[in-house]
Amino acid sequence: MSFLEIVNIEKRFGPHQIFDGLSMSVEEHQVVCLIGPSGCGKSTLLRCINGLEQIQGGEIRLHGDRVTGPGVDVNTLRRDVGIVFQSYNLFPHMSVMENVLLAPLKVLKMDRAEAETRAMALLKRIGLEAKAKEYPDRLSGGQQQRVAIVRALAMDPLVMLLDEITSALDPELVSEVLNIVRDLAKEGMTMLLATHEMGFARDVASKVCFLHGGKVHEEGPPEQIFGNPQQERTRAFLKRIIEAGRL
Amino acid sequence: MSSDTVQEPIRPTRRRIATPPKDAVTWATVALAGALAVIAATWWLRSILLGVLVDLQVSGTLGETILLICSIASLALLLPAYRALQAAKRGCAARLNGDIIAARVQGAAARTWCWYTFGYAVAVLLVLAIALFIVLNDVAVGRTFFFLPLIFDSFGLVFDAFWVNVFIFCVAEIFVLIWGLVVAIARLIPGEPGRPIRMIATAYIDVFRGLPAIISIYLVGFGLPLTGLPIIRDFPLEWYAILALTLTYGAYVAEVYRSGIESIHQSQTAAARSLGLSYAQTLRYVVIPQAVRRIIPPLLNDFISLQKDTALVNVIGAIDAFNQAKIVASNHFNLSSVTTVAFLFVVITIPQARFVDRMIERDQRRTRAAG
Repeated sequence: MSFLEIVNIEKRFGPHQIFDGLSMSVEEHQVVCLIGPSGCGKSTLLRCINGLEQIQGGEIRLHGDRVTGPGVDVNTLRRDVGIVFQSYNLFPHMSVMENVLLAPLKVLKMDRAEAETRAMALLKRIGLEAKAKEYPDRLSGGQQQRVAIVRALAMDPLVMLLDEITSALDPELVSEVLNIVRDLAKEGMTMLLATHEMGFARDVASKVCFLHGGKVHEEGPPEQIFGNPQQERTRAFLKRIIEAGRL
Repeated sequence: MSSDTVQEPIRPTRRRIATPPKDAVTWATVALAGALAVIAATWWLRSILLGVLVDLQVSGTLGETILLICSIASLALLLPAYRALQAAKRGCAARLNGDIIAARVQGAAARTWCWYTFGYAVAVLLVLAIALFIVLNDVAVGRTFFFLPLIFDSFGLVFDAFWVNVFIFCVAEIFVLIWGLVVAIARLIPGEPGRPIRMIATAYIDVFRGLPAIISIYLVGFGLPLTGLPIIRDFPLEWYAILALTLTYGAYVAEVYRSGIESIHQSQTAAARSLGLSYAQTLRYVVIPQAVRRIIPPLLNDFISLQKDTALVNVIGAIDAFNQAKIVASNHFNLSSVTTVAFLFVVITIPQARFVDRMIERDQRRTRAAG
């Protein structure tokens, strides 16, 4: 039994078939990178795992427990599955501290003093303890995304889903965010990331999955996917990435 | 890509020809003539108004001094006209000297001063036209609407009755804020099981947005006492008005709330839900606090309409400022007391309107900064 199992899932948006029997699995402490062209369903897959999107067939299991379909308490599922979005999505009417505190206070009903201590420790870890009282619009994109990561970490999730978290950032801000992800990977945080940062994927991934045609078209360790891809489609995709100077 | 041979550019070399400055003397002369004409009109009207002051039995040094000051102020129109003429002349001289740049600068200055003259002259003309309208036909308009002795005599009575309007709209606004939010949330209840609630909320909004406020006040104010229902039949008239206005404006404000809630981007909801917050918690902590900031300007606009609609309560016989003024007006066969009501409504509305303007401006600035 794998830590996170995605079994034969189907997903349609109207007539548009996103997943057509997609299966994959993530082991605990693994970092799995999803790569593939725009629209191949990387983000949708993450949103399905988190219950933000419904699937029409198959199932997703976390520690053997089915987390899709009727009767699943998505609110408790989401405590265990953190997600970070491409566009940060911080709450603009709350300070950095309030952003991080909201879910621990309201969902976990944590004691305020304890929650604040923990939030401060997390902010210190990403070097933003001085910004605790600032509002998100006073922060750079990189800083906002780091806060968004901390906001998800404050729930102490079992697994983190990172949805192209550096795509909206100016190039010089990308590394400050990736360094945090790298630290989390070193700690053994289980992570599933959709990414266009192929170099980063090659560095941190335990496994890389190339999505195409509603399935995992090819998967394997990064050395194989980037060094010696077996499938024609994977090679074509990587060739375009290299032509664009992104690998 | 690169080649060692330097290519001849395909596009031909072109030159820009400097445009000579336009003549501004004609404009400046017209501006001066216009200014003089408006000043003449002002002094002519002053002579008429002096006669009117005597007629209305309010002649005295105060009125005459104000008239004199206003008339003298009209002479200020000469200042921009004179400057325009001077700049235009300097521009001419510069052009004759062959200094095109200086001629342009002076010409532009002359035209700017011309526009100042025209702008202010038109404004003065409009004021003169209004004053003339009031004193036409032996001060008919003035006597009907602005008969000062009656205004002073009835002011206390009307002003006291105005507190009824203030009471009605203050209480109604509080109810509308709460009721509108309840209806908006009902209108937005998610999912298939919520459909009947959504439909009822939609029907309510449709009905009360279509129903003229005066009719809902009439129906509530005359209908509920007739029903003989306990407690309700003993409401004072003001409370029927508050109930009717809350029902009507609750529908408007529900739509304002709804547009505010829907204007908060999906991604905010997704972020909140992904942290494990429930639908209600997401509304309470994330969506509504952001929506409220955006809807304050349209909300205040609706409140201004509500305040004005409190004058409709006279149809059910509540003695508000308008009704009181109408009584005074029919006793004296003169509408000047109603002018007092109009004045009171305008006075309480203007600061709110300015406040709304400023909020909208601030919002636009913030949106621009974000974009």
